[in-house]
Amino acid sequence: MRKNLNVIAAYSIMMGLIILVGIFQSWNIALSIFNLCLISAVMTMGANIQWGYAGLINFGIMGFTALGGLAAVLISVNPVQEAWSAGGSNILFSLFLIITMVLAVRYILKNYKKSKNRTYIVAGIIILGIVIIRFISEPGIEAIEEVDPAKTGFLGGLGLPIIFSWIVGAFFAGGLAFVIGKVALGLRADYLAIATLLISEIVIAIIKHEDWLTRGVKNVIGLKRPAPYEVNLQQTDWFINLVEKFNFGKLNLISDLTERQASLNQLVIEGSSVFVKLCYSGLFLVVVIILLILTQKALYSPWGRMMRAIRDNEEAANAMGKNVVKQHLLIFVLGSAIVGIAGAMLVTQDGLFTPGSYRPLRYTFLIWVMVIVGGSGNNFGAILGGFVVWFLWIEAAPIGLYLVNLTTAGLDDTHFLKVHLIESVPYFRFLMMGIGLLVIMRYRPKGILPEKIEIK
Amino acid sequence: MDFVNAIILLLNYIFVPALAYGSQLALGAIFVTLIYGILRFANFATGDMMSFGTMFVILFTWYFQSVGISLGVFPTALLAIPFAIIFMVGYMLIIDKFVFKYYRTKKSPPVQLAMVSIGVMFVTQAVVRIIIGPSDRRFFDGEKFLIKAGEFKEMTGLNEGLAIKSTQVITIIVTLILVSTLFWFLNKTKTGKSMRAYSDNEDLALLSGIDPKKIVMTTWVIAGILATIGGALYGLDKSFKPFTYFNNMLPIFAAAIVGGIGNPFGAFLGGYVIAFSEILLTYAYRKFFMYVLPESMEPDGLVQLLSTDYKFAVSFSILVIVLLYRPSGIFKGKVL
Repeated sequence: MRKNLNVIAAYSIMMGLIILVGIFQSWNIALSIFNLCLISAVMTMGANIQWGYAGLINFGIMGFTALGGLAAVLISVNPVQEAWSAGGSNILFSLFLIITMVLAVRYILKNYKKSKNRTYIVAGIIILGIVIIRFISEPGIEAIEEVDPAKTGFLGGLGLPIIFSWIVGAFFAGGLAFVIGKVALGLRADYLAIATLLISEIVIAIIKHEDWLTRGVKNVIGLKRPAPYEVNLQQTDWFINLVEKFNFGKLNLISDLTERQASLNQLVIEGSSVFVKLCYSGLFLVVVIILLILTQKALYSPWGRMMRAIRDNEEAANAMGKNVVKQHLLIFVLGSAIVGIAGAMLVTQDGLFTPGSYRPLRYTFLIWVMVIVGGSGNNFGAILGGFVVWFLWIEAAPIGLYLVNLTTAGLDDTHFLKVHLIESVPYFRFLMMGIGLLVIMRYRPKGILPEKIEIK
Repeated sequence: MDFVNAIILLLNYIFVPALAYGSQLALGAIFVTLIYGILRFANFATGDMMSFGTMFVILFTWYFQSVGISLGVFPTALLAIPFAIIFMVGYMLIIDKFVFKYYRTKKSPPVQLAMVSIGVMFVTQAVVRIIIGPSDRRFFDGEKFLIKAGEFKEMTGLNEGLAIKSTQVITIIVTLILVSTLFWFLNKTKTGKSMRAYSDNEDLALLSGIDPKKIVMTTWVIAGILATIGGALYGLDKSFKPFTYFNNMLPIFAAAIVGGIGNPFGAFLGGYVIAFSEILLTYAYRKFFMYVLPESMEPDGLVQLLSTDYKFAVSFSILVIVLLYRPSGIFKGKVL
């Protein structure tokens, strides 16, 4: 108990801050911060597995997040029958061609010795394959995108409950990570960082521009929800009764009946959105707790010890007979899969998929700030980092506004400097993140909750 | 005649724009490669440092315009660049003193320095946005075109026009002057040679009496000059927007790595490799084939290898291929 005191203290302070937001701003804001903190925590756990356990830099978090989001769309949206009949066969045939192409290349690479001819043949197959696939898929894609472009214009999904997408998102992200890992894991650390950053940009480019699959920048809105809808809640009796019970004292003060009804309605509307957010919080908490238990178990297992050995001294671990390449690949896939879950969770919560919103600053670098600030190698630290950094990211604007008002109190309200500073308040969050990261890296390089390994 | 038309078409839509864009990338890539070679870390703040320098160019341009100073047919920004460089170099040296120096003297692994550069990226981005705002700014003035498409058509009697923007010519000329001066400096002067020695083998260089402080300072000064000019040229040619500059970091990295990181000449060529492949692969060749091929063989589609949406993806794919087959880059940089 004693040694976990700082962990408990840090988490209590964090929860206290969120509760303060609830009291002073509103419970709605507090809960939406809390939910995104939980999602960020899942992402940081994924990044932490790769960086903290194995020392792999993955700057492609954005790409895996987006793939998770794509999974949410492909699982939950109802299939668009017309689009399938218009161009489905072309797409399926192209898919078949892609698979044959990959298999053919694999076969050649496996069965023939490395030579110039082999390289030319492989390159030839790939180029020819791309040309043929483009010819075949183009009419299909055009037909699909013409099906009611204002509403659909894409193939749609499977029409299953969106919760399944969390698992599918993990598989999508893990699959991509497997391919990237095969290609890029041999690179030196900072090269891996650049390569993953660029590959994630390619993934986003594909998601943005392949409208037949993702609707691209036209966005997919109105995804199914695992939680009830506010509008429905506001009309169910048990919910109204619940709200009434909660606010009994407050309502009793109002004697006028119509006024009482009006304020009850107001409370029900507020309460319904809080209730929906609470449902999400519950779902996300379950995911975070399951992942936390699994990652903690893994960290203290023989496998975790091996990973740390590989991280701290690759050559020595190799000499001890550990397969470094294989373990790196495994951990890269696992970490990315967790990020994929977070991506699907994010889209589930928002109820919409907007490929244009995936930016490296928000989905890659911010996550890295979380991992570094929280404490790499320590799961509790990584989760805490997700909470602290996301909280500051949201609350930076109010804090910045307060500071600006404080420092420019002597100036006139229309003074150009004051006006300019108040306009640029949203950008104080970048400043805060940057300075926070620099200070932590300098004075507490292991993060708020540093890695602690006890040998049991 | 058709053949000449086809050539002019390619010149107008591919060659000239790619040369200008490549020059802008090349300056950024040399910036990245110098910092990687001498200070030994991948600088993720590249794009934002460039936007920081450009911001000063814009501020000075506005000042000069308000005072009424201009260069006539040339953009006023050219006059503003030297002043901006002073501020930029000052900023870089301050950052180095307060941030990077600590890790350098501690001999931290390059990964840690790269992480620190992300912190610098956030701060620089915030400063730029707080001072000048996130919106699109154009600060070009002076004569816009060197050759207008219409005039060219009249002059030569061809169907296709060739338009050359003055910013494109300025970009290419300034890049050539700057890069040749840089190579002269690196290859002929004593400081330049000691920089190369330091990059090649730090211990040996220190042993032979090279002052690391001087090397580091010179590197930051050169980097500041490159970043400011590169950023200003990009902003003159297109427009200045902090977010675009941040994104430009990616093709710049690609150029530096394709050229062989740590090798300035490779980075210079890498910029053009990236620019040309981006534009060559996403250009629709329909019109070109209409001129070259006989009428019966004219293509129906656009004859575009990849849609322009994948412009960035092209350069990154090239990078991935290069990383796979020649991790040291096409022109042999440091072996990694």
